[in-house]
Amino acid sequence: MSTGPRSSAVVVWAVIVLAVAAVVGLRIGLGDGMARAYAERVEMRVTVQDSESPNGERVVEWVEWKSVSPAAFLLASRETPSQDRVQLSAAYTVGLWVAALLTLAIFSFLYRDNPAYRLAEAIVIGVSAAYWGVIGVWDSIVPKLGGALAHGWTTAYILPNLPEPTAQSQVGMGIALAFGVLLLLRLVPAVGGISVWTMAFIVGITAGAKIVSHVESDLLAQTVATMQPLVQPVDGTLWNVATVWASLPNVLVVIGVLCCLTYFFFSVEHKGVVGGAARVGIMYLMITFGAAFGFTVMGRVALLSQRVEFLLDDWLWLIDPLERRLVDGVSMIVGTGGIW
Amino acid sequence: MMRIVAMAIASIAGLVMLLSPFFPDLESVGAQSSEIFNVIAAIAFILGAGSLVKVNLSRIGRRDAGWGYALVTLLCFAITLIVGLGKIGVPPNPQFAATPWAGEKDAAGSAFAWIYEFVLTPITSTMFALLAFYVASAAFRAFRAKNREAMLLLGTAFIVLLGRTFAGVWLTGGLPEWASGLRLENLSMFIMQVFNTAGNRAIIIGIALGVTATSLRILLGIDRSWMGAGGGSA
Repeated sequence: MSTGPRSSAVVVWAVIVLAVAAVVGLRIGLGDGMARAYAERVEMRVTVQDSESPNGERVVEWVEWKSVSPAAFLLASRETPSQDRVQLSAAYTVGLWVAALLTLAIFSFLYRDNPAYRLAEAIVIGVSAAYWGVIGVWDSIVPKLGGALAHGWTTAYILPNLPEPTAQSQVGMGIALAFGVLLLLRLVPAVGGISVWTMAFIVGITAGAKIVSHVESDLLAQTVATMQPLVQPVDGTLWNVATVWASLPNVLVVIGVLCCLTYFFFSVEHKGVVGGAARVGIMYLMITFGAAFGFTVMGRVALLSQRVEFLLDDWLWLIDPLERRLVDGVSMIVGTGGIW
Repeated sequence: MMRIVAMAIASIAGLVMLLSPFFPDLESVGAQSSEIFNVIAAIAFILGAGSLVKVNLSRIGRRDAGWGYALVTLLCFAITLIVGLGKIGVPPNPQFAATPWAGEKDAAGSAFAWIYEFVLTPITSTMFALLAFYVASAAFRAFRAKNREAMLLLGTAFIVLLGRTFAGVWLTGGLPEWASGLRLENLSMFIMQVFNTAGNRAIIIGIALGVTATSLRILLGIDRSWMGAGGGSA
């Protein structure tokens, strides 16, 4: 009969939702409101060659909408009340609300798992899968595969400035297409095993390329960077405090790299001198991990502050750090009047 | 037979990439192989998308728990795909205005850019921002200054965190000039430039050696675990 934890969760959710609704309701009613985005109309006009036209050319016209600040809208409206150059943008305004609600949905996970969070999670899975697929199609498949195997069609409809493909690139892209088809056969269980050939190509290319790049840019570059002069004379004098201080960083780096590598070397038992060096290596690594941890936390907190700033600035119009709603020294946070 | 061919493909492709910087004649073959690789990587995204559709359709078909979320995933997937591939709302490219599909897929004002700006970015960046809470909470529960190593890790994290904030500058800003090296922002910088550099350098060198050894094992056919079940090592 007892529904204690469940009913308390319902109360907490009700309080959270009501609190957010109250803040939004208050903010909509106070001052200049909130969460509106504006766009400026830019008329584009380009003359292009057209063999079917009597004079050999035709004019292509279209309209582009450039996102502008609310202050720009207010100023434009004050200047010419009947202007329609800067307008309230329905698309960007809806976008602001969608972004804010999705942000809140994700933040709701801080209390516990809930349908709003799972909905946002489902959305991001679907959107990101399609997003990267689309990027792959337009950035790789169309210009490279299409440019080599269907050059005429690709230049006529999508990329007019693609260079003519060479025979080598056509053969290469033919191989890529064949491997791609084999890879897609993975979706058909009966013949999916043959996709291992494409996997073999991917693994082989990655292995070969990684040997070269890691040896070149990591192993050699890092080793060379470590080989710095251990003594850095200041004012041409070896034995003074300034020289010791200037030389200390390089000495500590060399000792650190050697000791850490000793710690990573497991073919020799960590005893005696080797053991001592390995222990120093552990100290260096602990400091490195501590710094990495500090940096990670800083990065996440920076992201958090960006999201909070988005909610308070772009959505709720409670702060205005970039002065995008500042007109005549008065911000729309408190209301300049006449924004509508 | 299929596995022998796969091993041969892996070894030949890898050796071409490995040798191409050393032989001018192989340089263009290496570059072409990279191009093929990039196209296959793009096709792999299509495979991933196909797999996502297959899994979610079967979840909906079986009416599994949470099948409604699978439906949302598929709807969002379909909308983004149609909008992106159809270049919906993309203005013409001023340079090639006569070419119908020459506009940039993510040009300002396009529906694809809208999805990126107002759906994908807010969700992903908020998910990463959530980690600030979980990292702090996990650190509070797991980190204990029980020994010298743990104290070093905690102390360094504390100095780096404080040294990069206004609080750190404010706390030790009163130290005299001769002790300016002990100011938290300077201490943080010293740790990053010396100890962190040394540790990271050793880790990077270790990774490079590990990657080289593993790659050679693959190219020589000693490591066949990438082939899945039945592959293994020689």
